Amino acid sequence: MDSATIPVPTVRAASTQGRRLVRTRLPAALALLPTALVVLVVYIGCMLWTVRLSFTSSTLLPKLDWVGLAQYSRLFVNDRFVTSAENIVIFGVLFISGCLILGFLLAVFIDQNVRAEGIFRTVFLYPYAMSFVVTGVAWQWFLNPGLGLQKVVRDLGFESFTFDWLVNPDMAIYTIVIAGLWHGSGLTMAILLAGLRGVDEDLWKAAKVDGVPTWRVYTSIVLPLLRPMVVTATVLLATGVVKLYDLVVAMTMGGPGIATEVPAKFVMDHLFERNNIALGTAAATIMLITVVAVLAPWVYARYIRAQRRPA
Amino acid sequence: MSALEPQGRRPRHLTIGRVGVYAFLITAALFFLLPLWIMVVTSLKPMDEIRLGNILALPAAMTIEAWTKAWSSACTGLECNGISVGFWNSVRILIPSVILSIAAGAINGYALSFWRVKGANVMFGVLLLGAFIPYQVFLYPLVRIFSMSGIYNSLTCIVIVHVIFGLPTMTLLFRNYYAGLPIELFKAARIDGGGFWTIFFRVMLPMSTPMLVVATILQTTGIWNDFIFGLTFAGRENLPMTVQLNNIVHSTQGERAYNVDMAATMLAALVPLVVYFVSGRWFVRGIAAGAVKG
Amino acid sequence: MSAVSVRDVSVAFEAVRVFDGLTLDIEEGEFIVLLGPSGCGKSTLLNAIAGLLDVASGQIWIGGRNVTWEEPKDRGIAMVFQSYALYPRMSVKENMSFGLRMAKTPKPEIEKRVKQAAELLQITHLLDRRPDQLSGGQRQRVAIGRALVRDAAVFLFDEPLSNLDAKLRNELRVEIKRLHARLGKTTMVYVTHDQIEAMTLADRIVVMKDQKVQQIGSPGEIYRRPANLFVAGFVGSPQMNFIKGRIEESDGSPEFVAGRRRLPLAGYDFTGHPTAGQDVILGVRPEHLDILDIGTWSGFTIDIVEPMGADMVIWCSDREGSLQVRTGGNTKAAPGDRLSLRVDVAQVSLFDAETGDRI
Repeated sequence: MDSATIPVPTVRAASTQGRRLVRTRLPAALALLPTALVVLVVYIGCMLWTVRLSFTSSTLLPKLDWVGLAQYSRLFVNDRFVTSAENIVIFGVLFISGCLILGFLLAVFIDQNVRAEGIFRTVFLYPYAMSFVVTGVAWQWFLNPGLGLQKVVRDLGFESFTFDWLVNPDMAIYTIVIAGLWHGSGLTMAILLAGLRGVDEDLWKAAKVDGVPTWRVYTSIVLPLLRPMVVTATVLLATGVVKLYDLVVAMTMGGPGIATEVPAKFVMDHLFERNNIALGTAAATIMLITVVAVLAPWVYARYIRAQRRPA
Repeated sequence: MSALEPQGRRPRHLTIGRVGVYAFLITAALFFLLPLWIMVVTSLKPMDEIRLGNILALPAAMTIEAWTKAWSSACTGLECNGISVGFWNSVRILIPSVILSIAAGAINGYALSFWRVKGANVMFGVLLLGAFIPYQVFLYPLVRIFSMSGIYNSLTCIVIVHVIFGLPTMTLLFRNYYAGLPIELFKAARIDGGGFWTIFFRVMLPMSTPMLVVATILQTTGIWNDFIFGLTFAGRENLPMTVQLNNIVHSTQGERAYNVDMAATMLAALVPLVVYFVSGRWFVRGIAAGAVKG
Repeated sequence: MSAVSVRDVSVAFEAVRVFDGLTLDIEEGEFIVLLGPSGCGKSTLLNAIAGLLDVASGQIWIGGRNVTWEEPKDRGIAMVFQSYALYPRMSVKENMSFGLRMAKTPKPEIEKRVKQAAELLQITHLLDRRPDQLSGGQRQRVAIGRALVRDAAVFLFDEPLSNLDAKLRNELRVEIKRLHARLGKTTMVYVTHDQIEAMTLADRIVVMKDQKVQQIGSPGEIYRRPANLFVAGFVGSPQMNFIKGRIEESDGSPEFVAGRRRLPLAGYDFTGHPTAGQDVILGVRPEHLDILDIGTWSGFTIDIVEPMGADMVIWCSDREGSLQVRTGGNTKAAPGDRLSLRVDVAQVSLFDAETGDRI
């Protein structure tokens, strides 16, 4: 008898508690539902759909046939795509390292207790508020060989001065890098400056008592402390690299010729103008794989660290 | 005479290092200001002055003709109604997009920080990773979904797209903010009998002003500066200012009117610049908060 | 010759000028503690001595040299900070030798000094670790080690124990005292807000408040003959009892009167001349009140008893107000008990009620 009667109250208690929890948490679950749907349909569904389309022969309209890796083999011999891939590597490396170096220098120099610090900060960061289209148009005008920088220098008397990178297929991608640096290094400066201001004042004092030269304090002591900020800035800049599209469209339209084509533009052109959905989605899938490959170690490292923290 | 006995403040000399610091900062400032300078002066010059003169020089015969032309009669392809069309389109896209994406982010952030819903953290994780995936991966299927549901190329469509792609940043922003609040606050509100929405509207939202400001700055500049979504989803009738600017600048008809191009560019940059100068330090805070770090 | 001499120094922050001509002489081999609440200027003074802060006027002398314009590294000082300020991502050894390497000290010499300092502080086994692998106590030992290798004549400590828990704080306090004894002629200037650290470590204490020196003296002097109300209240725990009253004359000698409480002041060592009718505050340390059945003052009732092991603090009150009495841990006392107190006039302090200064 005892063994039969005892469990009854516990079961009842558990069930009412469960029901109460469900009832109180229901609004929360409902509130998260739209986002959950977006995640499922857009972030997962559309992604898989794109990957699936890259294995078809779709052109103007999507087909659901299966051609294996045919689109990918076409992609890797496509001049336009190969150029795009090369360009994004050039841009990515120069843009990220350039922004980090320039941003760090700007932050360090601003940190030297200068007058009008606020004005310098404002000036260095304002380009980040502008769109890439505006940035592209402005730099296209400034670097215009006929009327821009080149003409200014020639008018000064340097008749043979040439700066025609914008229309030179070998150099055009570097003008995009310059415009990118102009747009993005202020961001790095802001993030690193916040980091510099967070450095323990006692560390600076200790280094002064030890007679460590200022530059040495920055390189040997402060820079290692800024690593989290450098990582944050790098991640932000890297997402900017992947999204590089508007700047190219506004500045060079991918030209001269195909000299400044980038993957994002390749995808957009093939999806919406060149009516080659399969090739476009294949290129998009390559972009996806690249991002995942770059991201995976970082996410994994964060995950490991998060696991270790409670211990 | 013996040397002065040291006392008081160290004598300050203008050292080479000091001069170097300012030289570097001023050079850098010139690099950052130059494009803005040439945009402004070019937009105020007549065309013949631009053709003959120096791109850096102040306008000799200053005129705002280019500005009025850019605003009301510059051509984008065949239509010649100026960039004002794009301006108002951008405003109509901006307002609902900003409000809805912030609301979604605040509710998500609140639900994720305080309520244990099964699978919510997995959802949040996927959402965060989604922020890193290039948009090109989602665009084509999204276009298909919208055209099947009959809202493709409409204001509704572009607003929905902005809300969808604003979700990761906005959710992260508010989740981090609410996670930083003491959990006891939530517990106290629960003991006082508050439900999901009561606690949100009566306790959490009134405490969220800083994040609401940051989110508004972030979303206003982000959505105003968007190009790719406007191009893909807004439709001809609703093209935002960035797309129109690009069309004006790259319109192939006749000689390029650089002064009009630059005036149009300045007009397109105006809203984010005003946000930037008005918000000051908040802007930096927005960037830092928007950075995925949580 | 003083090891450290602060002469007529003022420091300017923006428009605010602090210290206004502070002068302080520290003897060679002396252990000086700058004691005061936060914001009293003790760290500012230390930073000025170190040269981390420019003085607005006056001079700083160290080891007989005017170093007012010298860089910190050239002043012959070493410094230890509250936040340890160890260089991150450098091993303990690299941390300790970084300054010497900057000064281009020969390698064997660096090795020798690091080894000596490490042995002295018992951190030899930690030399290859990095700061983030060390506990707080170990980190502060390393920071002291980094100061030791500089072979400085003057050590400056800026609240070095404040970030440690109570047990470690006691341990390291003793360690620092031992270090001072071992190093012999080394002068130490130590900033703290902790009166126990000040009392236990110092040869002389400089009590500061609101950027002004309140009193300079040996721990004993500071404790027994506080120069003013602030010093009397800041040093000592539980706090000194303060009783407001007046000086009256009875039979030609001064007497302290506060309502029913009276104390003839014959035998009190006046620093000034009391006048009849003067408003004063009588300070009595809790341990200087003796419990008796019949005493100087009677009619007290015990309110609260706080046993603290070796000691016991009794809160008792009469109509005039409450007093704390510190007595032996074995005293039999319970709330509600009545008692009388005996006051030894040689142990009390009298302060002018208006200025707060000792009379």
